[in-house]
Amino acid sequence: MITALIIVLVAVGSVVFHLMSPWWWTEIASNWGFIDTTIIITFWVTGVVYTAILLFVGYCIWKFRYKENRKVEYEPENHKLETWLTVLTSIGVVVMLAPGLIAWKQFITVPDDATEFEILGQQWQWNYRLPGKDGKLGKSDNRNITAENPFGVDSKDPNGKDDILIEADDLHLPIGKPVKLLLRSMDVLHNFYVPQFRGKMDIVPGMVTYFWFTPTRTGNFEVLCAELCGVGHHAMRGNVIVDDQASYDKWLGEQQTFAQTMAQYENGNKLGKTAGLALKPELGNATQKVSSQ
Amino acid sequence: MSDITQDDVGYVAPAENAEQDLYHPKSWITKYVFCQDAKVIAIQYASTAIAIGLVALVLSWLMRLQLGFPDSFSFIEPEDYYQFITAHGMIMVVYLLTALFLGGFGNYMIPLMVGARDMAFPYVNMVSYWVYLTAVFVLIASFFVPGGPTGAGWTLYPPQAILSGTPGSDGGIILMLVSLALFIVGFTMGGLNYVVTVLQSRTRGMTLMRMPLTIWGIFVATVLALLAFPALFVGAIMMLLDKILGTSFFMPNIVELGEHLSYGGGSPILFQHLFWFFGHPEVYIVALPAFGIVSDLIAVHSRRHIFGYRMMVWAIVIIGALSFVVWAHHMYVSGMNPYFGFFFATTTLIIAIPTALKVYNWTLTLWKGNIRLNTPMLFAIGFIVTFLNGGITGLFLGNVAIDVPLSDTMFVVAHFHMVMGVAPMLVVFGAIYHWFPLITGKMYSETLGKFHFWVTFLGAYLIYFPMHYLGFVGVPRRYFELGDTQIFTESVGQLNAFISIMTFIVGFAQIVFFYNMFRSYAAGKKSEMNPWGAASLEWQTPEMPPGHGNWGKSLPLVYRWAYDYGVPGATHDFVPQNMAPKDVPMEKKARKSTRSRKA
Repeated sequence: MITALIIVLVAVGSVVFHLMSPWWWTEIASNWGFIDTTIIITFWVTGVVYTAILLFVGYCIWKFRYKENRKVEYEPENHKLETWLTVLTSIGVVVMLAPGLIAWKQFITVPDDATEFEILGQQWQWNYRLPGKDGKLGKSDNRNITAENPFGVDSKDPNGKDDILIEADDLHLPIGKPVKLLLRSMDVLHNFYVPQFRGKMDIVPGMVTYFWFTPTRTGNFEVLCAELCGVGHHAMRGNVIVDDQASYDKWLGEQQTFAQTMAQYENGNKLGKTAGLALKPELGNATQKVSSQ
Repeated sequence: MSDITQDDVGYVAPAENAEQDLYHPKSWITKYVFCQDAKVIAIQYASTAIAIGLVALVLSWLMRLQLGFPDSFSFIEPEDYYQFITAHGMIMVVYLLTALFLGGFGNYMIPLMVGARDMAFPYVNMVSYWVYLTAVFVLIASFFVPGGPTGAGWTLYPPQAILSGTPGSDGGIILMLVSLALFIVGFTMGGLNYVVTVLQSRTRGMTLMRMPLTIWGIFVATVLALLAFPALFVGAIMMLLDKILGTSFFMPNIVELGEHLSYGGGSPILFQHLFWFFGHPEVYIVALPAFGIVSDLIAVHSRRHIFGYRMMVWAIVIIGALSFVVWAHHMYVSGMNPYFGFFFATTTLIIAIPTALKVYNWTLTLWKGNIRLNTPMLFAIGFIVTFLNGGITGLFLGNVAIDVPLSDTMFVVAHFHMVMGVAPMLVVFGAIYHWFPLITGKMYSETLGKFHFWVTFLGAYLIYFPMHYLGFVGVPRRYFELGDTQIFTESVGQLNAFISIMTFIVGFAQIVFFYNMFRSYAAGKKSEMNPWGAASLEWQTPEMPPGHGNWGKSLPLVYRWAYDYGVPGATHDFVPQNMAPKDVPMEKKARKSTRSRKA
């Protein structure tokens, strides 16, 4: 009796917890509302099944509790019942899978008018490269990386001259415009994850991965690295600031281009932040920073 | 149905299996240490697995200390934390669960349940254990090399696993990979043995479709393991070469902290495919034996046949086969070709159908049964709840688009702990209680057993059910600390603290289990023969615990499936598998009516 009651309580309690939980997703700030909808559909289908089965188990435990002379039913198979259950389960699966696949199709189909920009992950900071006035990113390769060229931009590619480099600083994005993120890593796997945007993709050294979204809400959003990347993984943070167009343009105007940074280097008075290439001792510093937090 | 019930088995000829030549131990050493008896090897496997599992339990406490109370334990540095989670995961999945289900339960149950005197290759079986033990020692050794064990996460993803930004990237990762390779060598010897024994050494009358589901689960899981582990073996060897010889199987061009490394041209994603080609079947290597065992626990203690036996068998086989075509659902956001997502999401959700049918059939076995709520049965019910819960959250993560926001968050951690941590462990406990009288000849304490169940089951549920919701908030997994982050409000920290406290409670409650086992073994009540009234063969041995060679003078003959409970007209509520139809005591009236039914 008590066992049956507890099983019923687990079922009811889980539903109540779900409804009352203060822990729920953050307010969405991108176009991926359909992913949230798919999750809700899945919650309904699976929630009903979960509750129903637990209540059934609770009922059986109570109704068919041990009695010395109880005769059990001998019915090894029941094809009709098994067929029905198979069909119903299959329908449930289709109801969940279909919106999931539709959402995925949208997720991997980048609109033509999306602006491309690059995210360069490294242990343990975020760097960004935006196309300049020509709207094109120059070629880049890890092999070109030097202290003065921390992004490894191909200096022979004219498209790269006006690329805007943002090293270990906040990224700004304009609201309402689709962006395609080209993800590149200098060293190990990383993952660019902003919970409010819902999107996420691993960053893999040796290749360029991508995903896209449209920011739908202005504000400051935190970037979390979501793929274990070594001892400073949890401290690999950053900020994405979604601006209205005017503030975005103003910010963009203040940034340095690849050509400018190279020129500064040649003049021997390198300004701005030190390249993330500052070398082994930084590992010690990063670790220290991490531990002292 | 007639091929598995007693109806069509009129006469079974005497045993034609040639008698097996058994090695008879001549000294204490060959009887208890370098032993070839599968039952002793089973105990050796299980004890080693549980001992190393306790290390994993302590590691989980340490990591929960850090997560629950991030500012209070200064002795836990980030490096330590990442080493804890890595060792915890690897030990639980490979060295505990795989070894315990296949090496432990497989060795004990296969010969007894199919009516064999021992495994087909007893000597190889013994070597299998000693290689496994060596693998465990190599793993332990990695804790004591400079730099400590690897902290690359249990998935050991390159490049970071072998680069200096990751703890234990020198000796630690090398010993980890060597240990895995050894484990696979040892397992392969044992695994071939299990498969051959099931196919070759079944006693007369034990057709495949009369085998208990425990054997089906272990058998299919072993086949999966034999096919899946080589992928991990290859991955481990290649990564060792990358680490030691500087090859570039998995290593592209890398600039690490300002230095150009000499690697180039390798693919980190290749390793992920190899890893998950092993890693996904691995889930079922753990789950299928649990499915099988729990089916038997539920049937025996519900006093009712398992419902839909043949569908249960086919579901195990189909799930096993499908488990080889779903691996990349662990990689939806890995950067692999995005079109894979459609295929792998579809196969993954299809797997839900046979799995759901198994859940239905377990519950339908309870229906119109006669349910004894003793400790093994409670654990079996706990399994249904937690497995169903974990299976359902698998439908979230398997459905590619939903995985995008949830992958690499605490939702994933909660999901896989529920489905392949808690659920199989509940089966392990249930199975140990269930077979304790058979293995020791003693009876355990029901009171302590039930106490152990309720704390473990409710505690584990309270740990992992709320944890899913941290994932919805966006809390990433493998974070040493959350730090100051807007979206992680105070309540996130409070929930983390609550979860940590529950882990300590559940962990400490296991002391009750060990006390119960040792105390009952030393001074428990002597158990009667076949105390549960089970129909399957392992309980029908002439002695309990079964002696060397299991069956005394002659092998048993099998006349029916393992689930003849509540046979209409029979006097007792079960009919053992080896009872001839003419010997089954029938109620007087019923005898007539069954006859007329047959006619």
